[in-house]
This record gives sequence, C-alpha cells and structure tokens, in this order.
Amino acid sequence: MPRVVVDVMPKPEILDPQGKAVLGALPRLGFTGVTEVRQGKRFELEIPEITDDALAQIEKLAETFLANTVIENFVVRVEEPAK
Amino acid sequence: MKIGVITFPGTLDDVDAQRAVRVGGNEAVALWHGDHDLQGVDAVILPGGFSYGDYLRCGAISRFAPIMTEVIEGAQKGLPVLGICNGFQMLVESHLLPGGLLRNDHLKFICRDQKLRIENTSTAWTSAFTQNQEIVVPLKNGEGQYVADADTIKRLEDEGRVVARYLDVNPNGSVNDIAGITNEAGNVVGLMPHPEHAVETLTGSGTDGLGFFTSLAEKAFA
Repeated sequence: MPRVVVDVMPKPEILDPQGKAVLGALPRLGFTGVTEVRQGKRFELEIPEITDDALAQIEKLAETFLANTVIENFVVRVEEPAK
Repeated sequence: MKIGVITFPGTLDDVDAQRAVRVGGNEAVALWHGDHDLQGVDAVILPGGFSYGDYLRCGAISRFAPIMTEVIEGAQKGLPVLGICNGFQMLVESHLLPGGLLRNDHLKFICRDQKLRIENTSTAWTSAFTQNQEIVVPLKNGEGQYVADADTIKRLEDEGRVVARYLDVNPNGSVNDIAGITNEAGNVVGLMPHPEHAVETLTGSGTDGLGFFTSLAEKAFA
C-alpha cells in the first residue's frame, strides 16, 4: 500500500517544552554539540492508491484534525512503499 | 436555569460540575457527547478531564464529537458556554476561542490552590463577581500553558477579554499570566482553573468558585 506521511511540528515561534527537555538531557547523557531540539509528530497514512483526490483529502484532514494550525505546522509527503 | 454538562469518554469533572450547577441554584442536565441534542438547555458546560486520553492533542478528538455540532452552532448564536480545563482545550480546538494550550513550560502536572483575579465581569459566567475580585480555586493541569500570537494577545488585552489572570504564581507559563478568556460576544468562556471544585466549604479551597455558577441566573433576573 502506498504510504503518505504527515509531519506535524510546533511553529517556530511557539515554545516547545518537550524539545527543550530533550535538549537539556543530552549533555547529562554525554552527548554534546546539539544546539536545538524540536519535538513533533509523524503520522503514517496508508491509502490504496495515490491520486490527486486522495492527497487533497489528506491535506484537508491534516489541516483540520492532525495539526492545530494555530500552534503547529504540517507537511504532507508521499513515501514509497517498503519493498 | 437549565445548564447542560457534557460527558465525553474520559471526562472526570462532569459530576462535580453538575453539583456546582445545582449548588449555584440551577438545574443540571447531563448531556452525552454522542447525541445531537442539547435537550433545550439554557447554557452548556464542557467539564475537565482527559477526554479520549488526551490523544493527538487535548480536546482535539472531542471537538469533533456529535454534540459539538450543536454546541458550536449554539455558541455562535449566543448560547452561554463555559469550558473548564479540558473544556477550555476543546473550545480552542473548536476555534470558538483564539490561541492554544500547550504543555506546561516546566513539563510537570500541577495541582495547587491558585489565586486569580477576575478582570472581566461582563461575561455570561462572571457577572456575579466584582471587577478585579481576587479568588482562590483549585488548578490541576498538565497542558495549561496558554499561547497565542502577539496580535491576538494584544486584541484580547485591549478588548478586556482576559477573564481571569493568575496572581502570585504563573503555574504553567501562560502568556501574560492568562488563566481564562472570553469570545467577542462574552458568551463563551474558557478557564484553566477549576471553580467547580470550590463551591462548598466541606471540600476544596473554599467557595470562591461559586460565582461562575450563579452568574447566569443573576444576569437573567437582573
């Protein structure tokens, strides 16, 4: 089945407390050199066939449901099915 | 007055809210998320809890519950709607109120008796208070950090739509210490703290929350 991925991220101007907590933990674990962490969500949607209609529908469901566009941005992309 | 309290899967504070409605001198009507029926109530409360386990985002799934069609339609026509905690999250997800609610800035769930200042007493839910009255009610949330873009915050402040503000401590990092806001018409109010837990002296921090449940009747008979 073809897979469509929707990535949802907090908007750049919105504070991301979870990303900040991850960033804060890195030096304690001995990982250095990371200057910023933002945490988001990834949705994998499987559909029978990639069509313009199907993608338009996914765009719409991402905008109305998967992301809250007041605080989050989203990107929809088609991913090749795993062989 | 008949005030409906909607129960969603994972709602916790519906029974307390119903009790507060009755203590406030109104009739409480239990409403169910799966119905398309407000049973002729005069106002609606979206109570606190963890509807749908807070999956996806707090309030994001409940916002599409069948009964929300009627709530959103009613709110746009002036039906008084009060969203407390998870209910506030549903109101921002429904776009009945601007902005959003994020994880607390310190990442911990917080539970405390919180001092607030009631700054707008012209809403359907706050007319029983005096302007700038200070009250103490319980606060309990993990995702209570109110955020909005600078223009929205300016509009809320300029139009006096900040209903309640945190005093002494900002418990979750909310912009401008905002604890509750209202829409332009003043019929929809979202509040992160829990006045329904402070309506009787037997339990809780006192009876400071009662005004939220007596305002409707006072306004109606004023």
